[in-house]
Formats: sequence, structure tokens, C-alpha cells
Amino acid sequence: MPDHEHQIGQHGDGWEPTIVAFFCNWCTYTAADLAGTSRLKYPPNARVIRVMCSGRVDPQFIVDAFARGADGVLIGGCHPGDCHYIEGNYKTLRRMALLRRVLEGMGIAPTRLRLEWISASEGEKVARVIREMTESLRALGPLNLPAMRRRWDAELIPDAVAAPSDVRQLAAEGR
Amino acid sequence: MRHKEHAGNGAPRVGVYICHCGTNIAAVVDVKRLTEYAATLPSVALAREYKYMCSDPGQALIRSDIAEHKLNRVVVAACSPLLHEHTFRGAVESAGLNPYYFQMVSIRELDAWVHTDGVEATRKAEDLIRAAVQRVIFHEPLETRRVPVNPNVLIVGGGIAGIHAALTMANAGKHVYLVEREPTIGGHMAKFDKTFPTLDCAACILTPKMTAVGTHPNITLWTYAEVQQVDGYVGNYHVTVRRKPRYIIEELCVGCQECIDACVYKEAKVLDEFNLGLGKRKPVYLPFPQAVPLLVVIDPETCIEFKSGKCKKTCVEACGDRGAIDFKQTERLEEIDVGAIVLATGFRSFDAHRVPYYGYGTYPNVFSALEVERLVNAAGPTGGQVVLRDGRRPERVGIIHCVGSRDENYNIYCSRVCCMYSIKLAHLIRERSGAEVYNFYIDIRTPGKGFEEFYRRTLDEGVHFIRGKVAQVSEWATRPEEEGKLTIQVEDTLAGMIRRIPVDMVVLSTALEPQADAEAVRRLFNISCSTEGWFLERHPKLAPVSTFTDGIFLAGACQAPKDIPDSVAQAGAAAAEALAIIDAGSIALEPNTAYIIADDCSGCKTCIPLCPYRAIAFSAETAKAEITEALCKGCGVCVAACPSGSIHQHLFEDAQILAEIEGVLAAVRA
Amino acid sequence: MAETSKPQVAFYWCASCGGCEEAVVDLAEDILGVVDAVDIIFWPVALDFKRADVDARPDGSIAVAFINGAIRTSEQEEMARLLRRKAQLVVAFGACAHLGGIPALGNLWERGTIFQRVYDEAPSVTNPEHAHPQESWSADGHATTLPAFHDTVRALDQVVEVDYYLPGCPPTPKVIKDAVGAILSGTLPPRGTVLAPDIALCDQCPLKESKPERLLITEFKRPHQVEIDPNVCLLAQGLVCLGPATRGGCEAVCPRAHMPCTGCFGPTSRVIDVGAKMISAVASIVDAADAGAIDGILSTIPDPVGTFYRYSLASSRLRRRTPTEQPAVAGAEEPD
Repeated sequence: MPDHEHQIGQHGDGWEPTIVAFFCNWCTYTAADLAGTSRLKYPPNARVIRVMCSGRVDPQFIVDAFARGADGVLIGGCHPGDCHYIEGNYKTLRRMALLRRVLEGMGIAPTRLRLEWISASEGEKVARVIREMTESLRALGPLNLPAMRRRWDAELIPDAVAAPSDVRQLAAEGR
Repeated sequence: MRHKEHAGNGAPRVGVYICHCGTNIAAVVDVKRLTEYAATLPSVALAREYKYMCSDPGQALIRSDIAEHKLNRVVVAACSPLLHEHTFRGAVESAGLNPYYFQMVSIRELDAWVHTDGVEATRKAEDLIRAAVQRVIFHEPLETRRVPVNPNVLIVGGGIAGIHAALTMANAGKHVYLVEREPTIGGHMAKFDKTFPTLDCAACILTPKMTAVGTHPNITLWTYAEVQQVDGYVGNYHVTVRRKPRYIIEELCVGCQECIDACVYKEAKVLDEFNLGLGKRKPVYLPFPQAVPLLVVIDPETCIEFKSGKCKKTCVEACGDRGAIDFKQTERLEEIDVGAIVLATGFRSFDAHRVPYYGYGTYPNVFSALEVERLVNAAGPTGGQVVLRDGRRPERVGIIHCVGSRDENYNIYCSRVCCMYSIKLAHLIRERSGAEVYNFYIDIRTPGKGFEEFYRRTLDEGVHFIRGKVAQVSEWATRPEEEGKLTIQVEDTLAGMIRRIPVDMVVLSTALEPQADAEAVRRLFNISCSTEGWFLERHPKLAPVSTFTDGIFLAGACQAPKDIPDSVAQAGAAAAEALAIIDAGSIALEPNTAYIIADDCSGCKTCIPLCPYRAIAFSAETAKAEITEALCKGCGVCVAACPSGSIHQHLFEDAQILAEIEGVLAAVRA
Repeated sequence: MAETSKPQVAFYWCASCGGCEEAVVDLAEDILGVVDAVDIIFWPVALDFKRADVDARPDGSIAVAFINGAIRTSEQEEMARLLRRKAQLVVAFGACAHLGGIPALGNLWERGTIFQRVYDEAPSVTNPEHAHPQESWSADGHATTLPAFHDTVRALDQVVEVDYYLPGCPPTPKVIKDAVGAILSGTLPPRGTVLAPDIALCDQCPLKESKPERLLITEFKRPHQVEIDPNVCLLAQGLVCLGPATRGGCEAVCPRAHMPCTGCFGPTSRVIDVGAKMISAVASIVDAADAGAIDGILSTIPDPVGTFYRYSLASSRLRRRTPTEQPAVAGAEEPD
């Protein structure tokens, strides 16, 4: 659907970063709603996925988001000591600490993964964090792993041999 | 990865509904284009737009489409799910489809209201809708869990709000535990002499209610007590209350106060807390004459028996056969089960020491407003006389508004009640002492019923109102008439000049602030605080008495500064909402619990220490982990941690979230 | 070529250590049963058939092609595609074909860096002319070619469609025997299945009972730093044992030999990135609450990428290090 493709090019020519944001229901998502009811304005680069607790955020989600084209991943949870489920955010803190080391080793700039503690009344902080992260990603440039994978895969032979579906066709014919 | 097969009701047929929300969404987001886009998404059977999806016709549209078009999934793109997810689930359910085959997308709070570029906002909405459509395909039918509700109620705080809530619920036949930190209930209102604007005697309207609380068969009153621990969840809270020792056996004391008369201290020497240090008491004391319960308290810090062990204990002698004094009393822990909790812990007064240029604590005749309430109170330390520290009558009194309020250096907010109480004190001071009274204000805020009239009356009585924020209060005289006086320096903004006004007494109208331990208290109850530290209501407009923690309600000034009628109204509202839960008999819990697929579990025990509710246990029999559904709160921490992907969460399955991630990023291309 | 009625079977090795070939031989006497039941028509390590022989066969005429090793060169890619055309079933044999294996750790660098290291900088190398392998070279009127060396290592299913996976580094004799038996008797699970139990290793580990129910870690250790108690769960002793995240089926050979599981059987079917999942599990049980203390404990895992993605880097969601963002991995001696 070409109409709905975002412009990704060399950074600087109309490209905008895409941020996938996991917000915990009780604190950060509520604060994001507050930012909305207060009509605060911030850049439209974030896509919020709601979870009940930041502790639900599996590192698999984060690597998947990067793999699918996110330029940045933001996780919003309650301040330490305030987690609605008592200590879910501590688990998040620990997981992000280890994941960040691995991401760094995989060549992904550590500023692309951001963990923020945002309480239910901090609507202004939601706006500020998204604004800051958008600006810093604009300066850093796109990650765009899908495009990178296509470039990496250019070294493969274009598929000149019969597609595997031929084999299945043959098998279906009993050969 | 093998994605979870979408659950059981045939190939997915998704109905997508885009709400205009009047112009709230439609003014920024191109809803027509969105609807066209949604119709092109895989598995979408139809896409519609409508002005107000949450209205009856909007919901009817969903119902009729489900029937006519055999929809088995519904997505609504509108306001926040925190507002209307429940509404739309209800609409889906009433059409005979399981309510959890529904997903809501916020394109208002998270999109139209926060972005100005319509093209970008629409693009973002497309991504969010696509994600929701992909997610909802993986939804499963779920049953709402219902748990029984304990009919008892806990009210924390025995001020006017707590008292009113307690009486309302007790009269409705519920058993109420009212826990108050001070030795008596009454709160701040018990300290006032008259209340604005009617100048009703505070004690006259309060004490009957206090007495009613003390004698009500349905109220268990624990004063001098604090909540120590709260476990459980709405409908089933288990609370531990710590009752501090008064060293008096409550059942035996009749409040005769002979022990106080007989105390070896002939004179009262200890600064009296109730009178804010303006008066004195003995180590054995009654907080004030109308205290409820009418029980004395022994202060172990100042009582000779506690300090040296060698007192004649004339108090015990005076108590005689009743034998109500027990120096060996220890604190007691009470454990109770309640279904709902109302927090009515009130406020604290701004500490005027923090504003050094007003001289509080430096000049003896600078008083806080609450201190002056005690002075004008007939039962107070000066018998209702407005006098200076040396006993003289003041001839001129200055009242400074907004001390600690509307001030970037302290609290930005307006404390709502101070203009009215400042006007009230102006009236009372003038009445009692005949002094010239000057009120220094930024704005006069008198919005309530009868408030503006009260202000007019006070103006007519000759009280001077000067518009200007006072710069300083000082004893330094620059002119002869300032000698021996406290001079208030202020810019009179209406007259357009700086004025220096010498007075004998200065009254500081101090702000209302959250209690000092509000942070600790809110953690205890697992609720949130706003940035200023007030307990946070669920919604500032539509849910001012409930919190984000089901079953915990707010009443009175602990939620935000307010006056007595508003506190009482809010307390009634909190009581009503608590009663609604209790009378429903059972409570519906979101079915977002975690569950383990036993065949998949390897018994690695990674999850066991992670659950803060101990909902996961290791079964020695099966050598696998097991989750007790009733204890699970649905945080999902164990789901994320399970290294073999054997724990799932209803409503937040990996497949659902991964579908959402795929959906929001689908448009990213090179 | 004589037609037989026995199913025809091919073995091929890509970027491989040879361990998977040995694993077949390790079937010991059971191998006789296999040899009896099938006709091996291609097995470079053991038999003298050539690529041209495979080429000459009709498409789909090979019953099963067992391919081990990761895809690192264009030749390996060509052979994989050829065997895919010629075989009805392609089985990814061993961790390298299944996940990328140890060779996939090469994805932390690029070809240029690797060649520089191997041909110029390695301590025991003398190469004053900086001679590096070339895809084609002419000398004395003769032209020679070498396969292209890919920048990125791939698992087999990133190049051809794979029907089944035999996990392990190498797959254990039992896993191989069970799989071959299933293939020969036609009792196979759905296409795409990994032919080993779909449950984590702890299920089969003899040390499971000794694992405490509430295990929280204050320090991680490496095997040489601990006098390993053979009767106590290895993770409980501070060793990073990936058993909880790793598919079982190997009967816990490594823990039984007092070494922590390194994850060679890969994830269960419910996991999309096994490194990320183990990161989640390990970090969740770190016994610290503030960032400083957490970092202190995590720094006792010196090489997190190598530890959590030892066999699975190529098939992880990120696939390889993104070369443009940062210089080479901290700690590696590249003058990049």
C-alpha cells in the first residue's frame, strides 16, 4: 500500500523516526491520557502499545520491534517503589540493563532503547520524553533493519532454481 | 515461531468503527480516509465511521452489525480505553459475542488531542488501527471472574469527611472500622470556632456527629491508631491496624478526668498539641473537652512514671476502684477484613517558618491562621479572646493571604479556602477585639454559596482589603509610628504605591498541603499521588472519589484542598460508591490472569520468586509450577520471564502483542 | 545409474566442524540399521559422489537431504538450493543448520574485518603481501575461482525452506535415531517441527530437584571459577546455565558432565528469540534493586552476546551486528 508507506530515505530528507512505546496501564498510559486531556502537543512519532505492567515487556518484543523497523523503543513504567503490582518495574529495570549490554554488542546505539519512569500525573513528562527521543533519533538517523536485511541479503543468489513449492507439488503427485 | 492459532469461532470477521467524537477526533484526523483504509485491512469485514460511538445509536450500530454481518471481532477507534473499553465490551456482549473479542484504539488522547499535523495524525491512526485489527484476531473468549465482596468497610481518618462517610455507611447497615491517628476524632474542624460563611459554631455542628460515631452500633472506632499493612484486593482487603497504647483501659475509663486533677504536676507544663502550642497540658490529658472517645491519654515522653519509674501515681489513686490506668499497656495489632476502604486523611497546614520574611517564629506576634482559630475559640487557650502573647489586645491586625499558595517558591496551586477563612478571621478578630483589620490579598476568591455576600458584609464592617502580595513583615521602624510594631510592607496595586502598615499582630493565611506522610500512606494502599502530593483521583472530572485501585476511595482534603461542605459531599459520594461495590455482593475482575500450560512447563522454577502476590507455587507432585488464578493480578512479569514461553497471559498473549508490534510497524519501508 | 527401491538419502556439510558427520557415525551399531534401510547417494565426507551426480538426478527424487552446517559461502548456498530441488524433505541437521550455530558468531563482524584478522593480524600469521582470498584470480594464463565469502552467516532456513530440524551441537544419537526412525516409517509431525521434545531442559535434568524454589542471584560465575558441586543445580551455583531456555531431548549430557548447558538445542517452539528470552529470565532473578548494584551483578557475565546467542545469533531477530552504528564489539581487538 504505497500511500501509507512512511518516507524512509537518507536521513534528513523528510524521514521521520518511528518509536514503539510500551506503556504500563496504571502510570504511564494514564499519564499519556492526561497529556491528551491537557492538550499538550508532542511529535507524532510514537506508537503506543498498552500493557498492564512494564514487567510484561519481554525483551523479545523489543528485539522484534527493532527487527521490524522501529528506530527507537520506549518503555514507560511506574517510578521505583510505586509499581501498581509492587515490583514489576524492578524486573524491567534489570532486564533492560542486560538487554542494553547485548544491544550495544549488536551495534545498536544504546540511546535507541529508553526506559522512563512516568507516574500517572506526569502528562508533561510523556510529552517531553517523546519529544526528546524523537529529536535524538532524528540526529542519530534511521535504524531500519528491514532495509538493512534486504541489503544484507543482496549477496544471496537470486532464486533462479525451482521454488520449493515445486517440490511440494511433486510430493503431492506421489513422486 | 508457531503463532497461536486464532481461537475458535471461525475465520475472523472484524468490524472496525472509527469515532469522530464530535470534532474532538474529526477536526484533526481524516476519519473518512481512516475508514477507507480500515476496510482494506485483511480480515476486516466492514469499517464504519460515526459521530459518537459511545452513544446509544453508536452502540446499536455495533450490535446490529454483529448480527447482520456475522462479525466475530470488533475494533473501536475512539477515545481512551480507560474511559470506554468497558462500554463497548458491554455493547459487544449484548449482541451475543464474547466481550473480549474486542479491542479499543485511542486516537483521541493519544493522537488527535496531542498532534497538530492532520496528515501525520491520520497516518499514526492508520498504524494504530492496523495494529488493533491484527491483535484482535488473536483474542480468545474469556469469562469475567467474579469474587465475593466482604461487606465491612475501613475508613482511614476521623475528620469531618471520615465521620460523614462512616455515619452514612453505618446507617446503611454496614460495619465500619474508623481508624484515626490522633487520640480523638474531629480533625481540623474541631479546632475551628466558627465556620464560613454562616458563622455556625463548628463544635455545635461537629460534636453531634462525633458523638453519633462514638455510639453507633455499626462503627468500631479506633483512635490513636494507624493502618500498618494492607493486603488483598477490592472486595477482600486484609488490613492490620496498629493501636498505640494510651495507658488507659478503654472499657474502664469514664472520662471523669480526676486523674488529670490529681496528677503530681500541679501546673500544666507541656505544650498542648491541640492548641498548637499556645496552651499547656499535663502528661495525662484529654485532647479537648468534647473529645470522642472521651478517654484520657498518658504521654510517655513527659510522664514521670515512664521517665523515672518513681512517681507517686496520684492518678491511679484518684481513679480508685475503676482502675482504668495501666502503665504496662502495649500496642495492639488488630487484623480486619473489609471490602472497601475510604481514605479521609485530610491535610496539613503549610509551615510558615518556611517564609522567613513574614517573621513567623521570629516575631512572637506573627501567628498562623490555625493558631488564631484557637485564639478565637471559646474553648481555646485564651477563652476566645484575641490577644497578643503578652496578653494585650491588638489595635491593628494584618491578615496576609496566600502564604505558601499561588507562589512559585512553595506551592503553585490556590488552597481554595484561605480567602474565606481569612475574611472570617477578619470578621471575628474585629468583633472580639475591635481592632482595625487589614487583609492583604492577590485576588479575592469567594465562589461558594453565600461566599460573596459574606465578603460584602465584612467589607461593610470596615475591614480594609488591600490588593498586593506582602513583601515583608518586620520590626525595623523607619518612622515613629512603626516603633514597637510589626510593619507590613506591601505594594498596594490598586492605589499604585508601596505602603508600610504598622500592626500589632500579623496573621498568616497558610496554604493547605498534603499530610507529611502522604507518600508513605499512598504506598500502603497502592494508590498514586499527583505531582503536588494529593491522593490521585481516577478522573478529575468524572471520577473524583475513586482511585485507580479498585475498592479504595477518597474523601475530603486528602484529595485536594476543599472546604467543609465539599468534604462532606465528597464523603457522601465515596460512601455511595463503596456501598455500590458492597451491595453488588461480588466484584468483576479483569480476566487478564497468567496461566501455565502444564505440558510445556519444565519446572525450571524461574517464575516462582517473581510473583509479588505469591500466586505461583512449585508443585512437588508434578515437579512443575502452578498459578492460583484467584491470587493473580495480571501484571505479566512471570509471562515475560518464562524462558521456555510456557506461561501465557489472557488478554496479553505474546501472539497478541507481537501482532500489535507488527501492525504499528507495517508501514515502515525503505 | 541403477534404480533401487530404498529411499535415497543425501548428507551434506556447509560451514561445519564435522561434528554432525561424526554424530551419524556415533550411532555405532545402529548405523547398520540405517545403512540397510536407505541408499546414501551423496555424502562428501565419506563417499565419492560428486555434485554433478546430484545435478543429474530428477527433481524431488531424493527422499531426504540431511544438511548440516551454516551457510557462509556462495557454494554452500548453491548446494543447499540444489539439494532442496532434488529432495522431498530437507532436514536441517545440527545447531548450525538449525540456528546458525557457532559460525554465526561471525555475524559480529564483517568479511573485511574477518579477513584482516585471519590473513594479516593473527599472531601466528606472516603475510607481508597482504594476500587475501579472491573470488577469481588469473595467473600464468590459468583462471581459478573460489566461492564468494558471505558477509553474513545464515541458518539453513534463511536460504531454503526446511522441512524438519534436528537440534544439537551435535544432535545426540538418541535424537538422530528417533528422527531417522520417524522419517523412515513416515510418522512425522507437521512440517517445520523441531524433532526433539518441546519442553525446556530442566525437565530432564538430574539436578532439577536440587534447584531452590526461590533462586535469586547475587553473582554469576564462570565454570573455572567454581568448584562445581555435581549434585547441585548449576544455575544455583552461579553458573549461567541456559537449561531453562533450551529445548530438552539431549538428556542433559552437559549438566551430567558438570558443565552448564550452553543452549545448543535452541528454543522451544513458543519462543521467537531465545537469547532475548534467556536475558529476560536471567535478569529477572538478579537480586538487586538499584541501577548500580544491578550493573555490578551483570558485569559478572563478561560476554553477554556470546553467552546468550552462542548458537542462535543468525536466527535471532536482529540476525547480526548492524555495522554502521558503532565500531566493533567492545573487547574484541579490531582496529576497525
